[in-house]
Parts: sequence; structure tokens; C-alpha cells
Amino acid sequence: MRTYFQLAAAGFHRYSTYRMAIAAGVITQSVFGFIRVSVMFAAVAAAGGELAGYDRQQASTYVWLGQALLAPVALFGWTELADRIKTGDIAVDLARPVDVQLSWWAADLGRAAFQLLTRGLAPLVIGAVTIGFALPGSWTAYPLGLVSVLLAVSLSFIIRFGVNLIAFWSLDIRGFIGLYLVIVAPFSGLYVPVHLFPDWLRTIAYATPFPSLLQFPIDVLSGRVLGVDALLVVAMQAGWLVLLVAVTRLLMARAALRLVVQGG
Amino acid sequence: MLLGSRIRSQTAYRTSFWLTVATSVGVGLIEFIEIYVILTNVPVFGGMTFAQAALVFALANMGFSFADMVFGQFDSMPSHLRLGRLEVMLVRPLPLIVQFVTADFQLRRLGRVAVGLVIMVLALGYLDLTPTPAVVYLLIITPFVGGAIYGALFVMAGGVQFFVIDGAEFTSAFVYGGSYAGQLPGSVLLEPVRILFTFVIPATATAYLPALIILDLPGPAFLPSWLGWFAPLFAVWAWVLALLAWRAGIRRFTGAGG
Repeated sequence: MRTYFQLAAAGFHRYSTYRMAIAAGVITQSVFGFIRVSVMFAAVAAAGGELAGYDRQQASTYVWLGQALLAPVALFGWTELADRIKTGDIAVDLARPVDVQLSWWAADLGRAAFQLLTRGLAPLVIGAVTIGFALPGSWTAYPLGLVSVLLAVSLSFIIRFGVNLIAFWSLDIRGFIGLYLVIVAPFSGLYVPVHLFPDWLRTIAYATPFPSLLQFPIDVLSGRVLGVDALLVVAMQAGWLVLLVAVTRLLMARAALRLVVQGG
Repeated sequence: MLLGSRIRSQTAYRTSFWLTVATSVGVGLIEFIEIYVILTNVPVFGGMTFAQAALVFALANMGFSFADMVFGQFDSMPSHLRLGRLEVMLVRPLPLIVQFVTADFQLRRLGRVAVGLVIMVLALGYLDLTPTPAVVYLLIITPFVGGAIYGALFVMAGGVQFFVIDGAEFTSAFVYGGSYAGQLPGSVLLEPVRILFTFVIPATATAYLPALIILDLPGPAFLPSWLGWFAPLFAVWAWVLALLAWRAGIRRFTGAGG
């Protein structure tokens, strides 16, 4: 257990080295935040002040929480595992006395904690000061929201881990990663809330784990869902996590059996 | 000749080529989801109907796809800088900009241009515009003017990279933020954002402003529709900024003895 804490701490420190990158990230998230707030405000105004339960304040909350969670949840591009599979370094990882998945997972949680405190909080503060937003109707939203974010970060990691595992079967996974990005961005609620989708598209989205990455933690944190409903949302995230951990571990075991590393 | 060789190398592996074309079509469609979802919820968005907003999206998207196809390589500036590959490029007897353009000319990105073209044709079918010479002229030149503006943004971002190593994301705020803002009806943007993405980064000139003239709509505050005629001037302005940023960047560059 100690080992994994140290790996998480290392993940935390690894990203604190690049200060310029953090500042750049905050500016980018804020610029996109202002454009997205514009879009949501125009849509809410066109609907007469309220759209699918979002008024101006709640729309602003949705956008800025989304911008804040984007970096910690890390929807985009991660190929470190695939790179190690491609070079054969994975053989060394498999021989280590720590679990491959758990050690990457711990490092990723450390990274997310750091991103949340820097790239997460800064755009949130900028949004709060310039545009303002709604606070949840009950204090329970905060602890539950924290659990929901933790689950979202873990779930995002497990899904990216799974996509990287494809490298065991196909050497060039750039195509798969590109395809993954195309699917995950809209279905996680990154562009517009999943709740606004037309029925057929919303049904498809709800049937995937992707809303659990961004839309659901935002819903819980902002108090859009409260009480038992919020608990159900968190339970669903946990369910997806358990299922996908099981699937990726199974894949991992299959892959290890057929792994052939040449040279050395 | 350089471009020809790049194109041939990409079409050598047919399956892989078509897979990447399919992905780039997917990217184009996914970007359209936002406009589609919002306009299934409300009839009019920023003073535009679904077909009108779709036309703005299509014009901007085609422009950006052209720019991405030709200048997209400037995105990889930071890794060139960090790995010391730039020194090698500087001693070659070819301008650096030309080398970047030819380094990875991506034919597959034509897939995205096709998405924009299809959406434009469908939108025009719905709109039933009178094809006056002005409308036809603007419909034809706007994707190219837009491509020039977005291309300038890529080059500008490349120049800024020399000053903010590790700050690659900073430039994506303007390149990709510009692309995002350009695809929207400019009237929905909050006023400071609208001014930033028109008079500093001329993103609204890539589609929204000319579309106002094409559709015969009035513009919002700060964006009178006659500005649409000046989109080529905005492109010149963007390139002046881009080349200044690029030259300042190259001047500042000191190799690490790679």
C-alpha cells in the first residue's frame, strides 16, 4: 500500500515541474470557458430563460465545473502504456513486484490531485469572479461530489488503460485513440449537457460509461441531483468502475499470456 | 515535388488511409453535434435558424480544415524545439515555413473538408437563397479566406512557441479557441469575447460575417454585417501578425548545439 502512496506522490510532483504549462492551461481553459458560457447563455435565453432545468446561473456552473474537471479527469490522449507495450518495456513492468494497473492508477490519481488544485481551481475562480454561478441546494453535494469526481478520475483512467491495452494486439493504436476521442468528447457532456440531447442520442449516451466522466460529477457537485438521486448516480459510476476494472484485468491477463518480447 | 511524395506515401497503405479519413469525417460530424443539439432545443440560436447556423458552421469548418491540412504541422513546434530538430531544418536551403508545410501534408484531412461541404450543400438546399453574384462570390471565397485566417493563426502560434516553451496549450487557446468561436453565430458570443475574436483574432470573419451578407441578416452590436466584405482584409491583418510573430520567434531562437 505504501508503495502506491509513493507512486501517487510521484505523480503529483511530476506535473508540478512545468509551471509555464500550468499557466498556459489555465488561460486556455478560461478562454474556452468564456466561449462555452456564451453558447449556453444564448441557448438558455432563446429558450426563454430555462432550458432542460438550466437557468443562466446553472448553465454557468455547468460550464465552469466542466472546465475545472477537464484536466483532472483527463479525457484526452494518454499513450504511455501503449508506448511501453510497443517498445517491449512492458515485460519489465510485468516482472516488477507491484501490480501494473494499480501502479499506473496510483500515479494517475496523484496527477489528478495536482491538476485539480491548479488547473481545476483557477478557471473555477476566474469563472466565479467574472460570470458567477449557482451553489448547490444542500451541503451534501460537496462530499458526494468529491466521491463522484474521484470515481470519474478513476473511471477515465481505467478506460484509457483499456484503450492502451489494444497495443498488445495492434501495434499502431493512434487510429483507435483518435476514434475514442471522437466518441468520448460529446458523450461525456463536454460540448453541451447530455441532458439536452434529443431522445435517441441521449438514450445512447446514457447507456455508455462516458457521462460518468464529466456530466455526472458535474450534476452531483452542482446539486442538480440531490439526496437519493445523487447516491444513485454515484452508485452507477461505481458500478461502471467495478465492471471495467474486471474487464481490463481480464484483458491484461490474456495479453500477458500471448506476449512475446524479442531481444533483451 | 515534396508535396507529391508526401501524398504518395500516405496513399500507399490503403486500409490505414481510409481508416484515418473515416476518423477525420467523424471529427467533423462530432463538432457539428453542438449546433445540432442546441437547435433541436430552441428554434433560433443567436438570431439564426438551424440551416443558417449550419451554413456558418460549414463555412468555418471548411476554412479550418484547409488551414489544418496545410499548416497543421506548426502545432508540433514545441517538440521540434525541445528535441533540437529545428537546427537541422534551419541549415536546409528552403524557408522554414515551406519545410513545415511540406513536412506532414495530411491528405486525410480532406475528409473533414468533405463534411463541411456536405453540410453547406444541405444548408443551402434548405435556405433557398437567390443566387445573386454577391452571394455566389462570398460562398466561393469564404472557405479560402477562412483558410487563410486560420492558417495565419497556426503560424502565429508557431512563432509564439519560441517564447513560451512548455506553453503549447496557450496557443491552442487562440488556434482552437478561434476555430470554435468561428463556427458559432458570432452574435451568441459575450461582447468582450466577440470583440477579441473579431478585432484581435479575426475568427468571426472566417464565416459569420460573410454569412450575414449571404443571408441578408443584420449583425449584433460591434459587428455590422458590412464587415463581411472586409474578410480578406482581416486575413491580411492576421498574416501581418503571424509573420511578425514568426520572425520575432526565429530571431529569438538560439540552438542548444543539437
